[in-house]
Amino acid sequence: MLPAPKLSELPAGDSAIIAAMPCGRPALTRLRELGLVPGTRVKVVRRAPLGEPIEICVRGSRLAMRNHEAAFIELAAS
Amino acid sequence: MSESNPEPLFALVGNPNCGKTTIFNALTGLRQKVANYPGVTVEKKVGECISQHGKKLRLIDLPGAYSLNARSPDEAVLRDVLLGRRTDTPRPDRVICIADAANLERNLYLLTQVLELGLPVILVLNMIDVAEAREWHIDVPKLSALLGIPVIPMQATSGQGLIELKLAMSQSAPESPKWHSPPLPEPLKAELARSRGLLCQAGAVRTEAALLEPLYLISDHDPSHYGIDAAHLERIVECRKALEASFPGWEDELVNARYAAISELCAEVLKRPDQPGVTITDKLDAVFLHPIWGGLSMLAVMSVLFYLIFSLAQVPQGWIESAFSALGNWVQSEMAPGDLRDLIVNGVIAGVAGVLVFLPQILILFFFIGLMEDTGYMSRIAFVVDRLMSTVGLNGKAFLPFLSSYACAVPGIMATRTIDSPKDRLITILIAPLASCSARLPVYGLLIPALLPAHLASAWVKAGLMLAMYAIGTFGAFFFAWLFNKTIMRGASSPMILEMPDYKLPAMKGVLLHVWERANLFVKRAGTVILGLSILIWAASTYPKTPGADDSTQLANSIAGRAGHLIEPVVKPLGYDWKIGIGLISSFAAREVFVNTMSVVYAVESGDDEDVQPLRNRLAEERWPDGRPIYSPLVCLSLMVFYVFAMQCVSTIAIVRRETNSWKWPLFQLGYLTGTAYLLALVVYQVGTWLGY
Ligand SMILES: Nc1nc2c(ncn2[C@@H]2O[C@H](COP(=O)(O)OP(=O)(O)OP(=O)(O)O)[C@@H](O)[C@H]2O)c(=O)[nH]1
Repeated sequence: MLPAPKLSELPAGDSAIIAAMPCGRPALTRLRELGLVPGTRVKVVRRAPLGEPIEICVRGSRLAMRNHEAAFIELAAS
Repeated sequence: MSESNPEPLFALVGNPNCGKTTIFNALTGLRQKVANYPGVTVEKKVGECISQHGKKLRLIDLPGAYSLNARSPDEAVLRDVLLGRRTDTPRPDRVICIADAANLERNLYLLTQVLELGLPVILVLNMIDVAEAREWHIDVPKLSALLGIPVIPMQATSGQGLIELKLAMSQSAPESPKWHSPPLPEPLKAELARSRGLLCQAGAVRTEAALLEPLYLISDHDPSHYGIDAAHLERIVECRKALEASFPGWEDELVNARYAAISELCAEVLKRPDQPGVTITDKLDAVFLHPIWGGLSMLAVMSVLFYLIFSLAQVPQGWIESAFSALGNWVQSEMAPGDLRDLIVNGVIAGVAGVLVFLPQILILFFFIGLMEDTGYMSRIAFVVDRLMSTVGLNGKAFLPFLSSYACAVPGIMATRTIDSPKDRLITILIAPLASCSARLPVYGLLIPALLPAHLASAWVKAGLMLAMYAIGTFGAFFFAWLFNKTIMRGASSPMILEMPDYKLPAMKGVLLHVWERANLFVKRAGTVILGLSILIWAASTYPKTPGADDSTQLANSIAGRAGHLIEPVVKPLGYDWKIGIGLISSFAAREVFVNTMSVVYAVESGDDEDVQPLRNRLAEERWPDGRPIYSPLVCLSLMVFYVFAMQCVSTIAIVRRETNSWKWPLFQLGYLTGTAYLLALVVYQVGTWLGY
């Protein structure tokens, strides 16, 4: 089986559903509090000119984060 | 509770950028006071308003936050006020929760937490116009019925909904909200109840605290644990460990459960178009965040900003300086000579001018910051430069404050309030003085031609040397940012999470009000310290008096002059004599003072500020007793390197003291910067001498 795709790997313009996020990491807890919980659809709007951070759209709001955090967010294979 | 108190206290709560300040201003009509919560740089705004029934209501504007699980001192203040844990602020009787309707789901998250605390809530759906423009339809009556609390749609900028809000505020709170906190597994509840018992015993929460209240203490993620007593911290960590052991990931599960409930709620009340149309924000971002145009447009905006604080500010600064020097001359001519006149003219008037002279830059910078924050462009800057800043461990929001410090560190440091990560903010404050500010220009202007006389070097070489000074400072700043990240700030990592709000037209009134507040705070809080320190330094270079002596002898015999002698052994390895020592000591007030002091020391007719030629000629003639010139090229270079690094500026010290709320950081900064300056100047001189220059 292939490893689950990560939010950090999602190309700009694509969207997917969050499958899993590890628990107990304060940075990820904050992202959850901003609405990125498993089962939510996220769309990558764009990447910054230097490749990072990435801008995403979740629940109608737009947020930017770095690959470092996005790499922990596993997506459901579409 | 609200019936028994004649003046019920309402707290305004909401996510950052939801329009809270606009609503607070509209409600209070500027009958408000701004202060600080003791011990932190979190602003406390309280005000009054008259209800629709003519009753007086008290209002408090709490810091904007995404969650009650505190991650910063701001969020800790919000939590502690709502939990009634602060002695300086009573627990509010009712909460006005402001949600940005255009980001409804995320904004409802904070509402669920406030409801869990059992406080009566009025929900305001602000920015309803933005939501409507996106063709979102929110069923307000249904939302109100499902939550069991009043819900008021609002457009704060036009005042729509304000009367309805005041009406709701003057009606007594409905019995109890229908919202129930997410169902928790029984064993988790039992564990929480046990924790609550322990924390009550320790006195960390009120005895009548709701079941979930202690939760917000247990899940405190603020690295400084602001608002939590050291004595309670142990208990809290104990409770957290116990919970974590029996329910791994309980905190995250709770977030999931709240969002599940929010999704269910929104499915009932919120209708969004399936395919969102292309908005103005999308169109603008296509340019401002474009790989090429994004960078170029940012460069253009930054150049304009920089030009304005660097040169436009000079005009009013000139007015301030000439007005105060005219005032000084007038006092000089009207008063009998004596110590009092000297104190007034050279101490007080010059000191006040020294404070006010910062105002033009502060006003211009904060006006622009206000515009950029309000339009939404600020987040775009942070987005574009974040990668670059991350190489030294900072995030994109540190960019603008640091850039502004090239004009002047004082407004730059004040601007660090826009950085929400406390660690990044502190590091930016610590490195800001390394950006070569405009006060260093007179020093460079004096020393560069002394180092490279006209017949030896072209203007280009001189410009190159000047640029090198900027480069050294910048490199130093990045080096220390990196170093602090790896050492004193290690472990306090905070993720970069940036909200990308929709672009908006700026609300001028709000921007100007903000500029006014900043300027006011600067003059009142930092101004007094700057004034005090400059008077001290003035006194040190004036007393004790030598009757009948000329200025130069007078200065040499003053405390500062004697201190110059005293430190000669220390500065001699850098190639400086005691006269330069006096310059170093008196320019502790501000770097550019060096030039004036040296004119006095050498009894050179100081003439215009612009014309330092006589002084420069005099420097060239200065000799050590053995006949070597004092101002050798190497000494000039060593002096310039010293000024690149040394924290020769009492205003910066005062503002850092103000912005970090302690003397610890400004003193640390003074130590590390002056230490580095000394070491590097030493290396330059010694290595240079060794190499035979
Ligand atoms: N279109 C629209 N804009 C609004 C509305 N309410 C506020 N704004 C604008 O939203 C921006 C942010 O408003 P503020 O009142 O500063 O928001 P805040 O919540 O106090 O923000 P922070 O101080 O950053 O926490 C300003 O530009 C306001 O003019 C509204 O109802 N509709």
